[in-house]
Amino acid sequence: MQNRRDFLNLLCRGTLLTGLAAASGVLVYRSVKGGQCKLGTSCNNCQKSDSCNLPEADLFRQTVWQLDPKKCIQCGRCAENCVMTPSAVKATHVYAMCGYCDLCGGYLKPDTKTISTAAENQLCPTSAIKRKFVEDPFYQYTIDEALCIGCAKCVKGCSAFGNGSLQLQVRHDRCKNCNQCSIARNCPSEAFSRVPANKPYLLQGIESKDENRG
Amino acid sequence: MKKALALVLLVFLFAVQVMNSYGIQRFPKPEFESGYVQPETLMPDPRAEVLAIMDIAVLLVSLSVVSWLVLKKRSRNGVFWMSLFSLAYFGFYREGCVCAIGSIQNVTLALFDTSYIIPLSALIFFVTPLVYTLFFGRTFCAGVCPFGAMQDLVAFRPQKLGSKLNAVLGVIPYLYLGLAVLYAATGTDFIICRYDPFVGIWRLNASFGMFVFAGILLILGIFIARPYCRFLCPYGVLLNWSSRFSRRHLTITPSDCIQCRLCENSCPYDAIDIPVTVKNPEDKRTMARKLIFIIILIPVLIFAGGWTGSRLYESLAGVNAKVQLAKQIVSPPKDSNQPETFEIQAFKSSGKQQSLAFAEASAMLGKFYLGGWLLGGFMGLVFGGLIAGLMITKHHTDYIPNKGTCFSCARCIDYCPVKMP
Repeated sequence: MQNRRDFLNLLCRGTLLTGLAAASGVLVYRSVKGGQCKLGTSCNNCQKSDSCNLPEADLFRQTVWQLDPKKCIQCGRCAENCVMTPSAVKATHVYAMCGYCDLCGGYLKPDTKTISTAAENQLCPTSAIKRKFVEDPFYQYTIDEALCIGCAKCVKGCSAFGNGSLQLQVRHDRCKNCNQCSIARNCPSEAFSRVPANKPYLLQGIESKDENRG
Repeated sequence: MKKALALVLLVFLFAVQVMNSYGIQRFPKPEFESGYVQPETLMPDPRAEVLAIMDIAVLLVSLSVVSWLVLKKRSRNGVFWMSLFSLAYFGFYREGCVCAIGSIQNVTLALFDTSYIIPLSALIFFVTPLVYTLFFGRTFCAGVCPFGAMQDLVAFRPQKLGSKLNAVLGVIPYLYLGLAVLYAATGTDFIICRYDPFVGIWRLNASFGMFVFAGILLILGIFIARPYCRFLCPYGVLLNWSSRFSRRHLTITPSDCIQCRLCENSCPYDAIDIPVTVKNPEDKRTMARKLIFIIILIPVLIFAGGWTGSRLYESLAGVNAKVQLAKQIVSPPKDSNQPETFEIQAFKSSGKQQSLAFAEASAMLGKFYLGGWLLGGFMGLVFGGLIAGLMITKHHTDYIPNKGTCFSCARCIDYCPVKMP
């Protein structure tokens, strides 16, 4: 009696172990080999497929969430849907694209009468954009990330009236890298995707930080 | 002429702005004369990838240590301190991610969607606790899982629930697992992570609802020990079944049970099976009748469950983004003053064909129809198993831990007067 039970136990254990080994084998094999690019969804569908010789195409590696500013429609949901309060998505300023305008579409409300730093003139609900005089007629705009809630109001203003130097990005020092990003689930334009962790940012007008890192 | 040209230019500019608001330099880059240096756009790095290897190492080491503590050292104290360490590391330091419970979804998604690459750590966090459980019992639950450790700390006044109530409530994890697999396989959502109760406490940052859920579980956990582990945890289902076939398992007594009954109330989880001394409480005829009843009942329940599940597929699919988009395209808001939803706006600006969106949605509905059948059938099987389990009594003479539900917390060991020879 005892022996029969032991044998059945052994049989079931063996089956489960084989099943686990097979499943992980399939997943590892798929990640390491296979004809097409494994990063089809992560590399923003570059379509290079086989010709891609990035090292990350061969390994399965950590991924992080990335927001594509091109797809973003500035709906403001990033401010509301992040598991963190305030959101880990913030406006990021690409200085290289900025026109340093006095009449900044991202800083000032469109109907404002006077150009000043008065709070009622500011587009930003938390006054997270700091305006600093550089030289006539240029002003530098800096984002205070601790205050920014990722509502995209400034992004909308800058892309409508300015150069589009303000862009939303997932800030990876704040992002908890949830298994399923809660903003991605609610994003209407599918602007979020999982990307290899060595290329976490995607900004217009700036090369990816890691191009030169190799 | 000039006017017309200006108008054309204006229209052109406007069109460009609407089409693609990025990448146009409306204002030229200023040439500074005051020696102003343009600041660099800061891009802080995510968590270093090497640290994922550290997580895996900590998992393997703590699993081995806890298994050794439970099976060889037989030390409740050791298990307790290990669970505190795991709570500190996997809970408060790693903030609940990566976790074995959530990894079910990564594995499912990777199996169904070949374009999704599973992170190595997620795969290992899924596989290793199961393998350890197949050899040593649920030592993962005892001292490695931060969820368990958290609830173990508050189990001050555990009450007995009785075997029937335990068995009935124990069906919930199967449903949770089934739904999690369905939603992960269709790429809809990761519901286990979404309704994770304790991650908010570890991050000290969460929505109000999350904190309330955690609070309810922890207060409930004073009286019903480990409510999440026993009556919700979907990974617990897999561990339960692995543990039933485990090679070795925690024993209450190091040698022979002397039937002293001291351990009877030591288990906060109702996981000690009390002896059933009567060998065959029923005569052969009733036993045969019961067996036939079960054999007929289970396929009937599977079919009934599958049919019910297939009726529910539209509501199950309702949360899928593709299905929602198609619904919004078909039935726009009646009130024409109401602005378009962001989904419709984004869909229009993406330039996708409506037919493509509909095709995607109907393919998704098809998946959910099949998934509804499978999920329903699975639940039918679970109910059949529940009824069969309640009808069958197993004969055994000693006080033994139930290999399926025992968390290997080792509390009972301290109550046993028989010590190691």
